[in-house]
Amino acid sequence: MKSAVLLFPGSNRDRDMIKALEHISGNPVATVWHTETTLPEADLYVLPGGFSYGDYLRSGAIAARSPIMGALKSAAAQGKHVLGVCNGFQMLTEAGLLPGALMRNASLHFVCKNVELQTTSTNSPFTQNMASGAVWQCPVAHHDGNYFADSETLNRLEGEGCVAFRYANGTNPNGSINDIAGITSENGRILGMMPHPENLIEDLHGGLEGRALFESVMQTLDAA
Amino acid sequence: MKARVTVTLKNGVLDPQGKAIEGSLSALGFAGIAGVRQGKVFDLELAAQSADEAKQEITKMCEQLLANTVIENYSIDILK
Repeated sequence: MKSAVLLFPGSNRDRDMIKALEHISGNPVATVWHTETTLPEADLYVLPGGFSYGDYLRSGAIAARSPIMGALKSAAAQGKHVLGVCNGFQMLTEAGLLPGALMRNASLHFVCKNVELQTTSTNSPFTQNMASGAVWQCPVAHHDGNYFADSETLNRLEGEGCVAFRYANGTNPNGSINDIAGITSENGRILGMMPHPENLIEDLHGGLEGRALFESVMQTLDAA
Repeated sequence: MKARVTVTLKNGVLDPQGKAIEGSLSALGFAGIAGVRQGKVFDLELAAQSADEAKQEITKMCEQLLANTVIENYSIDILK
């Protein structure tokens, strides 16, 4: 699996993501600055967490309109795989690559803690090797993770198995509708999620549960 | 040409910041508050020659960046 991480001013989870991708794939990971207009050849493009543009206007809003995003939209339209974590998820919704929006946490607090996540759909390349219905601990760290979509969009997401992850056992940290923590596109090739699977890769992280996600998508991409 | 864009949350979209402000106003002794919704205001200065031209241009700005139409409405006032 060849992967590339897109970098924006204010990204701060990019190195965690690069480390995770290197660790899982065994390949070097390309990086792309937001002012570029073309992407390096890769199987998986990743939008990392952080606070791009200081969360000005709306979280992810400015980054979603930066020059590199045109190339990312083209790549997605051609069926490339895209992962957005935390601020990356916010960018994906702002760019229109995933539906809905991520609003201020209902508590108004920044939350930085472990939550319980349930893998609710194993339809996508990202979740195919994960145990359906399994609940695992995963860190979150965000101020704007309160997922919202209108009822029509929500029904479609739920009906088509596009809700990949849900906060479980009353651990919803942000008021997200239907406890949604992560969603995929219709074709399953774009995943956006607020929790940080890239922080559950090595023993020192205190858990290895994030590996299954990266290994899942790698299996698909390496078989292609 | 000067214009003001007001962006507000759509009806039915939860506004926790508005709720917190409402609570704080009540705590200050302001009674009878039926609701508070927080929004954003953008003051723009444009080179546009006419109000129509400005409005067209600003509508595009709102659709593409200033508002997230999934959750927000916008209104445009041309101030001259």
